[in-house]
This record gives sequence, structure tokens and C-alpha cells, in this order.
Amino acid sequence: MSCWDTFQAYALRSLGVGERILPRDDFTVCQEVVLIGSGLLWNLYFAAVALVLGFFLATGLALLRNSQRRVARKPAEWFIFLFRGSPLFIQFFLAYEAFVLLPRAGIPLDLGVVEITVQTGWLTRAWAGATLVLFLNTAAYSAEIFYGALRSVPQGEVEAAEAYGFNRWQKFRHVVWPTLLRLAWPAYTNEAIFLFHATTLVFFSGFPAWRQQGDALYYASYFADKTFNPFLAYPIAAVYFILATLALLGLFRLGHLRLHRHLPAPARPPLRFRLRLLR
Amino acid sequence: MFSFCSDPDTLEGAAWWACYLTTRKHLLFYSSFGTVLLLLVITAPAALTLGFGGAVASRSRFLPLAWLGKIYTSMVRGIPDVLFFLFVPLALDQGLEWIRHHLLCPEWAEPIRQDGNFVVCREAKLPLSSAPEWMHEIYGFLLAVVAFALVFGAFAANVLAGAMRAVPHGQLETAAAYGMSRAQVFWRILVPQMWVYALPGLSNLWQILVKATPLLFLLGVEDIVYWARELGGTKTSVYDYPHGDWRLYYFLVLLVFYLVLTKFSEMGFDRLTRRFSRGQKTIGSSSPTPA
Repeated sequence: MSCWDTFQAYALRSLGVGERILPRDDFTVCQEVVLIGSGLLWNLYFAAVALVLGFFLATGLALLRNSQRRVARKPAEWFIFLFRGSPLFIQFFLAYEAFVLLPRAGIPLDLGVVEITVQTGWLTRAWAGATLVLFLNTAAYSAEIFYGALRSVPQGEVEAAEAYGFNRWQKFRHVVWPTLLRLAWPAYTNEAIFLFHATTLVFFSGFPAWRQQGDALYYASYFADKTFNPFLAYPIAAVYFILATLALLGLFRLGHLRLHRHLPAPARPPLRFRLRLLR
Repeated sequence: MFSFCSDPDTLEGAAWWACYLTTRKHLLFYSSFGTVLLLLVITAPAALTLGFGGAVASRSRFLPLAWLGKIYTSMVRGIPDVLFFLFVPLALDQGLEWIRHHLLCPEWAEPIRQDGNFVVCREAKLPLSSAPEWMHEIYGFLLAVVAFALVFGAFAANVLAGAMRAVPHGQLETAAAYGMSRAQVFWRILVPQMWVYALPGLSNLWQILVKATPLLFLLGVEDIVYWARELGGTKTSVYDYPHGDWRLYYFLVLLVFYLVLTKFSEMGFDRLTRRFSRGQKTIGSSSPTPA
């Protein structure tokens, strides 16, 4: 089987397209590169959905947390505490067990386990269940970052907006929000990279890889187990992750440029990636 | 454990619970919380030492050492930590066995890597196949500790390198002007001053380390996640204490454990920050800063 054949057979294997049976013997470098790359699609999917949705929930949570009213503030604080104070790994397990148990309420207990998993199929499956956990998790972490930035928005800018007669929404949309994002962006970039790396936990934590459709690390560990050789599969996965991290960083640079587009180029602060340990 | 537990089928209510919660496996479950704390206690200083070494190396004037330090510091930025946790124990185990194989069985002719297998002579196995079970468990735990220390050492190296950069340059220049050698400037001026800059990063790092401890499960150590799955799973009437699927409740216990642990750590670090900031003009210090 040539490498091109392997590519055609396994490039979309993680999505269930192509060859059904994973390679079992005579492993080639080509197979490892193609399959692990195929698995990376899952990591990208998890990270993209969780980050895009999480961004909006995080903004809302940060605003709630900053609210004067207890009823608004307390739930946001508890949500952030719950998700930031416990390991993501445990959250995955807990969520999975909860999703498996969900429909049992109201259903006679003599039902077999098989029927129950069928009924909640979509939530116990990684594409929905794990994404939900990642979404809530990153929302909590990002909310804490946004909240910190929100507290640092210069009072003068808000007062100037008020002097111009901006209403609450205009004030938020045109003054507070852009400044908040500018302040939070470096830390948020860091959080996005941490979250992207955290997506590798999904298939090692309760959520089964349905029909062996897993992420990059799932396939890497598959090859390492089968060949007893960790020195090939894991470095391949590592290279993929470095490239993907650089791409993610590139995207955040674009966002950074857009946030600072009102400044002349030399005045723009550079977005340097210094590892900030916020997780 | 208790004398009335001899016949579990006859038990009810509080007695059932008292017996159920003190079975041998439950006692192992409770002691595995100790395993987690042990991992934290061993890993934290090891990681700090490695991190210090990495940070110093990356500042070295000897280029290869500086590159090594820079690679070590930056590897965790692009590669997920989970990957290291899977890779390091396996690679380390094979590396050690490979060395022992060449030392102990030089007459061995067959290749070590045969298709899909890693074959070393019996004397080179780690631990020896004749070793008792607890040796295997300790060995597995030690490999896990090394993996944790390596990864968190790299994180710590990032924090410490940043802290070293943050010490005002004038301080170092003044020391040099007084005729201090490079080593003296480093040990007497830089190192004592860097901790206050490193503390926020190190406290975050500790929280990350705490939240990474359940990954011990991935490394095959019988930790709290292992026991929660084991004990929570459905037990049919074949078992002494039959019950349904209780994994959710066991994981809830773990969740509370971690929430308490992180909360207490946070409070501890807040105190430490106040302590370290004494006499320093930083936002964290209690003394009022001039406007």
C-alpha cells in the first residue's frame, strides 16, 4: 500500500470516512502520520466550538460577576469557582456518568444498561458531551480573565462615553468591551492554547472513542501500544500540536491587530507569547 | 472491619453503611488520597529544582546549554502535557531496560525491537518479574513522579525565567559595580529578589499541579480516580454489598475533595503573598502605596 493509498484510506478515519479497520500489523511511518493527523481534526473541532461559544458565555459571566446585585453575582461566582477549582479530568468523568444516568429518572430500573446508553446516545458521545464540558470549562476560566480586565477598564473612558450621552448598550459595545478585550487578549490567548491542549484529555476520560474514532493522542497511544515504540508516534503527535498551536497563535495575532487597528503600527503593543499559568 | 460485618446480607441501614464504607477496598480508596498528596509533596520541590535549573540554563552564556534550557522551557508551550504523561514513563522504562540489557546481558544476540515488541533479557527487566507486587506499584508511581516533575519543571522554568527577567536591572548593575563576580550577583542579588516576582506564577502552577493529579490514573497508578470507578461501578448480588451504578456519587466526592484542596491552597498562597510582600512596594503589600 503506497502512502497515497494510506492517505486516502485513513485521512478522514477519525470522522468515520474511509477504511473501517485500523492498521494492525506492519505499521508504517506513513500510517502513523496520516492517522494521527486525522485525529487532530477532533482536537481542532473541540477547541473551535468550545472557544467560540465559551467566549460569549465568558463575557456574560464576567459582567454578571461584576454586577452590584447579589442574585446576579453569586451564581456567576459559584460557576467560576466550580469549574476553576476542580480538575477538567474529573469534570469529564462526572459529566459522563451524569449523562449516562440522566434518563434513568422516571424509567423503571429493570431497564438494561444497553438501552439507556442508546437513549442518551448524543450526550454520552464525545462530540456533544465532551464539547459541552470543554465549553463550560473554558467559559469559567475566560470569565475570570475578562472579569479581571473589566475591573481594569479606565474609569475616564467610561465617563467620557457618558458625557457623550451613550446609553448602557453603546457604552458597553463601543467603550468597555473593546478595552476589556485589549486588556484581556494576551491572557486569553494563553487560555485558548491551554484549552486546545486540554482537548487531548477527552478520549482518556470516560468518553469512549466510538468506533475507534479518536483524537490525535488517541491514535498516537494506539500506535505506541501496538508497536511498543513510544519514540515515533508521540513525537509525530507533538509536531502536529506544535504546528496547530502556532496556527492558533497566528489567529490570535490577527485578533490582536484588529483590536489595535486604531493605533498607528509602531504604537501597537506586540503580542508576545509568554506562558502565563492561569489554568 | 467491625465485628458485626461478618454477614453483610443481614445488615440494614446505618450498620450496612458502616460496614460498606469500611471494606478493604474502601480503605484502599481512602489511602489513595494519600497517594495524591504524596505525589504533590514529592513533585513540587522536584519540579521547582528542575525549573530553577532550566531557567538558569536558558540564561547561560554557554550556547548549547542555553539552547537546551530554551528547548526545555518552551516545549510545554506547544505540546500538551498529557502527551508527556503518556510518553515519559514508557520511554523512561524502555530506556532503563535498554541500558540494563546492554550492561547485564552483553552476550544477547537477538534485536531488542522485534516487530511490535520490546524484548530484553530477564535480568534487565524493571522491576524483576520475581519482584513482589508492591515493588511494581512503587516503580510505576516513581515513573509517574518523574513525568510530573519533568512537565511541571518546564512550567516552573517559564515562571522563574520570567521572574529573573523582572528583577530590576539596576540592582544587578549596582552589584557588579561593587565588584561582585557573576556568581555573587546571581546568588546574592538576583535569587533573593526574584521570588516575589515568581510567587504569583508559582501559586498558579501549584493549582495546575493539584488539578493535574487525577492524571495519575492515565499512568496506571491505582489512584482516587481508579478506585472511584472501581467502587462506584454496578455491583450485582454476587458481591457482598450490591448496589447500582454509584460512580456519579464517587466522582462527586472527588470533586469536593479537589474544590477544598484548591480553595485551601488559594488561601495559603494569599497569606504567603502578604508575607513575601512585606517591606516591598507592590500592589500585594499591605503598606499603603504612595499615589
